Amino acid sequence: MSAALRIAPLVFVAAIVQVTVLGGARVLWAEPDLLLVTIVCVALAAGSIPGAAAGFAGGLLVDVMTLGTLGTTSIVLTLAGYWAGRYGETTGRGRRYAAPLAAFAISIFAGLGAVALHFLLGEPVAARDALVTAVPSAILAAVLALGVSRITGLILEPPRGLERPRQVELV
Amino acid sequence: MGGLVLLSLVLVTISFREDGSGPLASVQNGAAAVLRPFQVAADRVAEPFRDAYGWSNSLLDARSDAARLEKENELLRQQVAERQLALRENVTLRKLLAYRNGPRFPEGYAGLAAAVISRPAGAYAQAIVIAAGREDGVRTDDPVVTQDGLVGKVSRVSSRTSRVTLLTDDASAASALDVETQAFGIVRSGDGARAPLRLDRVPKEARVAIDDTIVTSGWSSPRLSSLYPRGIRIGRVTSVGRTDTDLYTQVQVTPFADLSSLEAVLVLIPVDRKDLAR
Repeated sequence: MSAALRIAPLVFVAAIVQVTVLGGARVLWAEPDLLLVTIVCVALAAGSIPGAAAGFAGGLLVDVMTLGTLGTTSIVLTLAGYWAGRYGETTGRGRRYAAPLAAFAISIFAGLGAVALHFLLGEPVAARDALVTAVPSAILAAVLALGVSRITGLILEPPRGLERPRQVELV
Repeated sequence: MGGLVLLSLVLVTISFREDGSGPLASVQNGAAAVLRPFQVAADRVAEPFRDAYGWSNSLLDARSDAARLEKENELLRQQVAERQLALRENVTLRKLLAYRNGPRFPEGYAGLAAAVISRPAGAYAQAIVIAAGREDGVRTDDPVVTQDGLVGKVSRVSSRTSRVTLLTDDASAASALDVETQAFGIVRSGDGARAPLRLDRVPKEARVAIDDTIVTSGWSSPRLSSLYPRGIRIGRVTSVGRTDTDLYTQVQVTPFADLSSLEAVLVLIPVDRKDLAR
């Protein structure tokens, strides 16, 4: 099964859960963002381009379901997916705490980016709310990433026994 | 990645310009309609969990609310108690004021109102402590009264407080007379709660009847005078007894002033001493 086919349901479910279950929920001043965490974990496991694509698709789904301005969430999640993917391909490779670290940092930047974008579109936004919830939300994202990264790892990484050698060396 | 960002920007621009009515909005609405069943399904699945979360949250809120309301209730109870006390004190002080300004108040004395700040700890300690002392002009042996009648006399004075020995103490005595019959005697502590006072040294031939009013007799000579001024109400006669063997008539008296629940009293300070102090 190709990576895209394995990523798509994951992103789809995460987007549905984010919009229907977690939208507007608050856990100790933190706003859980499962979709962002899923995008970060997918990007860490699959790379920057799949991460960006997953972010774009997930964001578009959210914008469609919430009947918001199309593209606002997808642009933020596209950049988040790409950055997480690049981190996974470079300094974050093989690091045990790459997922929570990336989720923490990207959650803060994504929150601020979303506020800036909505402000540019002339929509009423309260920067104070975003700043107050930024750090608790980032901590929650880091905690969520610990669990979500395991799930994405299980889904996206093929079983070792099925890996086939792509080249052989003749001695 | 650049293409996706660009596509997002294009979508943002078109969607923003269309403002809910246009081809892209139609596509969005259609897609939303397609996704709606998934949203509804997810919502139904999540509903019990959301309810459970809401319930536990409300439980936590209810607990904190209960603790807060309990504190508030305690505070309000305290305030109510304080106000009731203040109201009662106000009534008592008004009565004292009316007495001080009335015709029954003894001449030649000024009334100093003082709150009772301590009561006797046991049945044998017939004394109270009042919130007035030497600095307020109080001296040892000053008479202490309420609007109802005689209470006792000051037995010890400190700078800001004084100890008042009640009339029911064994050491107290006051020369008294029956208002109706003019029979003289000495009021002392009685035998118990039923008759806290007795009128002692009343000759057998003197006439004293039940319900007669006993007041201080008050006397003065060129060199000495009684501690209590004349005419302060003490109590009412509750029983009169005579036997052949007794030298004097046995007269039991119930004090007018309720000595067990005093809240404020008036210390009688001689006016001439007050003038000297000035």
